[in-house]
Amino acid sequence: MDDRVILRVGAKVLIPFILLFALYVQFHGDYGPGGGFQAGVIFAAGFVLYALIYGLGNVRRVLPPRAVYICSALGVLLYAGVGYVTMALGGQFLDYDVLAHDPEHGQHYGILLVELGVLITVFGVMVSVFYAVAGRRRLDT
Amino acid sequence: MSHHLPVLLVVVPLVAAPVIALLNRPRISWAVAVAVTLWVLYAALALLSQTMVDGAIHYALGGWVAPYGIEYVVDPVNAWVIVIVALIGALVTPYARMSVEREISEDRIPLFYAAFILCLTGLLGIAVTGDVFNVFVFLEISSLSAYALIALGKDRRALTASFQYLIMGSVGATFIVIGIGLMYVMTGTLNMADLANRLPEVASTRTIPVAFTFLTVGITLKLALFPLHLWLPNAYTYAPSAVTAFLASTATKVAVYLLLRFFFTIFGVTFSFDVMQLDRILMPLALVAILTMSLVAIYQENVKRLLAYSSIAQIGYIVLGISLASVLGLTAGILHLFNHALMKGALFMSMGCVMYRVGSVRLERMGGLGRAMPWTMAAFVVGGLSLIGAPLTVGFISKWYLVQAALEQGMWPVAGVVLLGSLLALMYVWKVIEVAYFREVDPELGITEAPLSLLAPTWVLALSNVYFGIDASRTVGIATRAAELLLGVLS
Repeated sequence: MDDRVILRVGAKVLIPFILLFALYVQFHGDYGPGGGFQAGVIFAAGFVLYALIYGLGNVRRVLPPRAVYICSALGVLLYAGVGYVTMALGGQFLDYDVLAHDPEHGQHYGILLVELGVLITVFGVMVSVFYAVAGRRRLDT
Repeated sequence: MSHHLPVLLVVVPLVAAPVIALLNRPRISWAVAVAVTLWVLYAALALLSQTMVDGAIHYALGGWVAPYGIEYVVDPVNAWVIVIVALIGALVTPYARMSVEREISEDRIPLFYAAFILCLTGLLGIAVTGDVFNVFVFLEISSLSAYALIALGKDRRALTASFQYLIMGSVGATFIVIGIGLMYVMTGTLNMADLANRLPEVASTRTIPVAFTFLTVGITLKLALFPLHLWLPNAYTYAPSAVTAFLASTATKVAVYLLLRFFFTIFGVTFSFDVMQLDRILMPLALVAILTMSLVAIYQENVKRLLAYSSIAQIGYIVLGISLASVLGLTAGILHLFNHALMKGALFMSMGCVMYRVGSVRLERMGGLGRAMPWTMAAFVVGGLSLIGAPLTVGFISKWYLVQAALEQGMWPVAGVVLLGSLLALMYVWKVIEVAYFREVDPELGITEAPLSLLAPTWVLALSNVYFGIDASRTVGIATRAAELLLGVLS
C-alpha cells in the first residue's frame, strides 16, 4: 500500500471527519435524523476504512480485539444501567423523567445516555464482525 | 421492588449476560449464571402467585402508558409459561457446569453462559411482554442466541444443524413480523389488548386474514409443528447436552404460548376458529405429527434424535388440545406444556449424563448401562414412563385430559390416535430400555455412574414427573384458569 499516496493521504484526511460525523449523528440525534445505531455504524466505518488502507495488523494495534469485545458488552450495560438508575430514583424502568430536576431535561439526558449505549455496542459488534471476517484465512491456501 | 418484578424478570438476566461475557472466567461465569437463574425462578414464582390472587399485573416501560408505550402484562397464562422457562433454566444451569466442561472448549465457556442467559432473557421476554413488536424483538434475541448455542456442539454437524435452524427460524421470524406489520397497518397499534379491541372493525378486510395466515405459518414453524419441523431433529441431536435439555423444554413451549396469545387473546376465538377455521388445519397436522413422528422415532439409533422426533409428536398433543378450542382441550394443551417440559427435561438430562460418561448416545454404545449407570437409566425410565403416559406420572394426567376433551366433542377417532400414540411411545422407549437393561455391559470400558452434580438436577425433574403426576390439583387448577381466561369464559 506504500505507493498509493492518494488513498493513504485521503484516508488520513477523511477518518477524523468520519468519526466526528458519527458523534454528530449521535449527539444531535434527538433534534435531527440519527441515533445510536447509525452513529455506531459510522464510527465503525472509520476503523474499517483505516484497516482497508493500512492493514488489519495496524488497526488491531489501535483497537485490540479485546477492547472491541468489551465495547460490545459495555453498551448493553450502559443502556440497562440507565434503566436501573431510573428505578432506583423511583420511576419506572427507563422512565427518564426522574433523571434531572425537571422531566424535559431528564428525557434529554436519558435518551442521549441510552443511545450512547447503543453506539458503543453497535460499534463493538460491527468491528468484531469485520475482524472475524477479515481475519479468516482463505480455505484454498 | 416487587412492583418492578415484571421488568426485572427480563432485565436482570439481560444485564447478567454482558457481565458474564466481561468476567470471562469459566467458573465465575457459571456461578453468576446459576445465581441469575435461581433469582429468575424466585421472580417467576412470585409473579405466578401474585397474578393468581390479584389478576393481571401491568407494567408500563419508561412510564409511557399503554397503548402508546410498551407494556408488560402478566396473567395466569404467561405466568405459567414463565415458570416453566424459569424452572428449567434453574435446573439446567447447575447441571451445565460439568456437562459443558466436557463438551465445550474452555475458552468458549464464558460465551456459552452469556448466550445461554441471553436465550433465557429472550424466552422470558416473549412471555412477559404485552406488545407484539416487542415479541418479535425477544424472539430474535432468543433465536440468535439459540443458534449460537447449538453451533457450540462438539460434533461438526452441529454447525450445519445450526445453519439449517438459522434459515428456517429466520423464515419463521420474517413471517411473524410480516403478520405483525399487516396488523399494524390496519389498526395503528402494537399493544395486544388494544389490537384485540380494534381488530374486529377491520376483520372483514383481506389484510387481516393474510396477517393471520402469515402469523400461523411463522409461529407453527417456530414450534415445529409437522410438516414445519425439519430444523428440529438435527438441532436437538448435535447441540451440547445441556442446550438440548434447555431448548427442548422451553423454546417450543414459548412458541406454543405465542400461538395461544395471538389466536385466542388478539384475534379472538370466534375469528380464529369460526371465520378462519384454524382447527381444520391444526387438528389434522397434530394427528399426523403424533403418528408419523412417533413411528420415525422408533427407527432412530441415536437416542437424542429419537427423543427429538418424540418431541415433535408431543408438540402434536399440545396443538391437538389447542385445536379442540374447548376449556378442557385447552387445559390439556396448557397442562402438557408443563408436563412435557418435565419429561423431556429429565430424558435429555439423563442422556447428557450418558454423554458425559460414554461420550455417545448411540444405542450400540449403551448396552448394559442399566447396570453401569443405574441412577441415570432409572431417571430415563421414569421420564420414559411419563412420556408413554403411565399412571402416577404427569404424562398420564395430560393424556387423561386430552382424551376427555376429545370425547366431550364426540371425537372417538381422535381419542384413539392419542392412545395409539402412547403405544408407539412405549415402543421407542422400550427400545432404549431393552438395550440398557437386557444387554451385557462391557467391563473393559469401565463406565461408572454420572457425578452427583449431573444426577441431582436430573432426578429433581424425574421426581417432579411423579409428584405432579400424583398431586395434579395445583397444575390442573392453573391450567384451567389459563384456559378459561383465553376462551373468555372468565374475565
